[in-house]
Amino acid sequence: MKIVLNKVRIINPDQNLDEQNDILIENGIIRKIGNLNKEDFSNAEVFEFDGKICSPGLFDMHVHLREPGREDTETILTGSNAAAAGGFTGIACMPNTKPAIDSAEVVNFIKSKSENHLVDVFPIGAVSKERKGEHLAPIAELVTAGAVAFSDDGVAVKTASLLRNALEYLKMYNLPLIEHCEDESLAGGAMNEGTVSTMLGLPAIPTIAEDLTVMRDISVAEYVDGKVHIAHISSKNAVQLVREAKAKGLKITAEVTPHHFYLTEEALVSYDSNYKMNPPLRTEEDVKAMIEGLKDGTIDCIASDHAPHSIEEKEAEFIYAPNGILGLETQLGLALSELVHKNHLSLIQLIEKLSVNPRKILNIPIPQIKVGEKANLTIFDPDEIWTVDIKKFKSKTKNSPFDKSLLTGKSVAVINNSKMYYEGDFKKI
Amino acid sequence: MSLKIKHLLGLQDVSKNDIQLILDTATTFREVLERPIKKVPTLKGTTVVNLFYENSTRTRISFELAEKRLSADTLNFSTSTSSAKKGETFKDTVRNIEAMKIDMIVVRHQSAGVPLYLTRISNASIINAGDGRHEHPTQALLDMYSIREKLGKLNGLKVCIVGDIAHSRVALSNIFGLKTMGAELSLCAPPTMIPKNIEQFGVKIYHDINKAVRENDVLNVLRIQLERDAGTTIPSIREYHNYFGITTDVIEKNNKDIIILHPGPINRGVELSSEVADGPYQIILDQVTNGVAIRMAVLYLLGTKNS
Repeated sequence: MKIVLNKVRIINPDQNLDEQNDILIENGIIRKIGNLNKEDFSNAEVFEFDGKICSPGLFDMHVHLREPGREDTETILTGSNAAAAGGFTGIACMPNTKPAIDSAEVVNFIKSKSENHLVDVFPIGAVSKERKGEHLAPIAELVTAGAVAFSDDGVAVKTASLLRNALEYLKMYNLPLIEHCEDESLAGGAMNEGTVSTMLGLPAIPTIAEDLTVMRDISVAEYVDGKVHIAHISSKNAVQLVREAKAKGLKITAEVTPHHFYLTEEALVSYDSNYKMNPPLRTEEDVKAMIEGLKDGTIDCIASDHAPHSIEEKEAEFIYAPNGILGLETQLGLALSELVHKNHLSLIQLIEKLSVNPRKILNIPIPQIKVGEKANLTIFDPDEIWTVDIKKFKSKTKNSPFDKSLLTGKSVAVINNSKMYYEGDFKKI
Repeated sequence: MSLKIKHLLGLQDVSKNDIQLILDTATTFREVLERPIKKVPTLKGTTVVNLFYENSTRTRISFELAEKRLSADTLNFSTSTSSAKKGETFKDTVRNIEAMKIDMIVVRHQSAGVPLYLTRISNASIINAGDGRHEHPTQALLDMYSIREKLGKLNGLKVCIVGDIAHSRVALSNIFGLKTMGAELSLCAPPTMIPKNIEQFGVKIYHDINKAVRENDVLNVLRIQLERDAGTTIPSIREYHNYFGITTDVIEKNNKDIIILHPGPINRGVELSSEVADGPYQIILDQVTNGVAIRMAVLYLLGTKNS
């Protein structure tokens, strides 16, 4: 099977590549870039991608697939389909499944379920058994089975002592610990603490809940020379703490979600639980700090924190509704609209944050766009204007606050593992 | 005259005219309550559901009595467990109730925002009887009514809310409503009981009860939640009483013209001494009577507007 991607703008920051060219892919392998002749076109399916960007496949390092345990809200298959629709060829999935990803069996289960899919699924192992914060999970066994990082996401690693031991142990594998930074004693609220929470009468989470855990983690990481990745950073002070840690040369990285650079707590005045997430939406000042952090490199990457919940759960009374929203199918559009089209990031920087850096953090090879390599590509149109329609989502659930949002920039196709996703369908190439 | 609002969700966005109309209408119903036959046929044929997801004896019976005095058909749905725990979703519960063709819902819930949510899923007229720590508009209206009854006006009065503001639904409604009516609002409590950035709502903050009594015309004293607050937001009930409790001594040495309100139920010896709770400065039982009149006014104005 032969396909030609005609006149794409190929950008791979990892190869210092930015050129307009044609790509010939045969049986999933890049055979030729440029100078295509008549023979190359014969029997090939040609995609006229004039003006579209072709980057190494995008990667989302923070996704909640609900399998095993809550297959009614998302399965490995539906989550992978949503990833493909959103422009991603690789995702890392968080261990807060039921059972948690705290044994080789669960890693193997996820890997077997994701076999043969276009999207590569990389399991993240739990730091502690059952994510309870008491005993270390079998880290070596999980690494052997294929876990690419460790996290108790949903909560922070419970104690400084467990965190220290996990970081020391992980040094054997040079893998990061991904931390959901939230001090347990200050947790439990339904939104960000401030003027809006006071006005709405909702129990609230102060930014110090995040900042304190970021501080703790940076201190412990410094002490043991460990590697910590701060998940879904959301407070201005936390960004500054990471900036200072990086300046000291510590192995600290960070991600931000689209909702934390796109929305503020003001959205909560509707009491719409699709705006309820943890960390909560913060203030305009925090949003500015996220964008500043993305610009100066303090924040390494963008990740969705894709968190499917059933309609029934999300429609509960506000304080009882679960935290989290879908992210995979809106992430690229939100990032292009808010960051690239508002001139905060260049396309090259955006591709770094959505493709190159997450793989670097997880020690996953970055797809190379060159002859002889496996085609692992995302083709997107940075200028397509479209309206989000949750009814068209591939995800099993519909908990997105972005329904009906007008976005600029959309994935056109993804290619990986000799498969292509284009116009809503998968096909072998 | 009719109300601009279709629902009473809170006082934040209710105009001065609407508040005035509710208070004036309540005056009429207050007279009805003094008659030998305390019932009017105004809401005959109107069905009101009291949807109470949280224990609340006095607010519920006050609403229920107001509904009966107006000849409405009433239905009580009370549960202290959330619908989620019961297995039926809140939305399904509401839809079931609505399928019985009801006109108004009086709702009390632990979660802020539930009354607003109800307006999205129901066609009934919604009255908030307290949502989380957000608003409790009929309580604030009856407080305003009682103050006006006692002092003849609201404009220019200085009103201080004393107690656990952070966990209160009465405080915000009082702040919004009384400010709309031209009163000056302040709060008095330890900082642990004051919610973040509340000063942005234009209220002064006291930590000295003597000063608060001295500088205000009215104190609206909130109940201290014994089980929740002791040891966490305040060191002990005893310390709270010693530093923030209202006693005859505190009143008499600072301001003998002060008027004391309390939404009830009172913790005697905690936020109010027994002497004050029964004494000449308080109008607590007037508030209870006025509560029925205020709720009649709200039910009447919303119930007849939509029919």
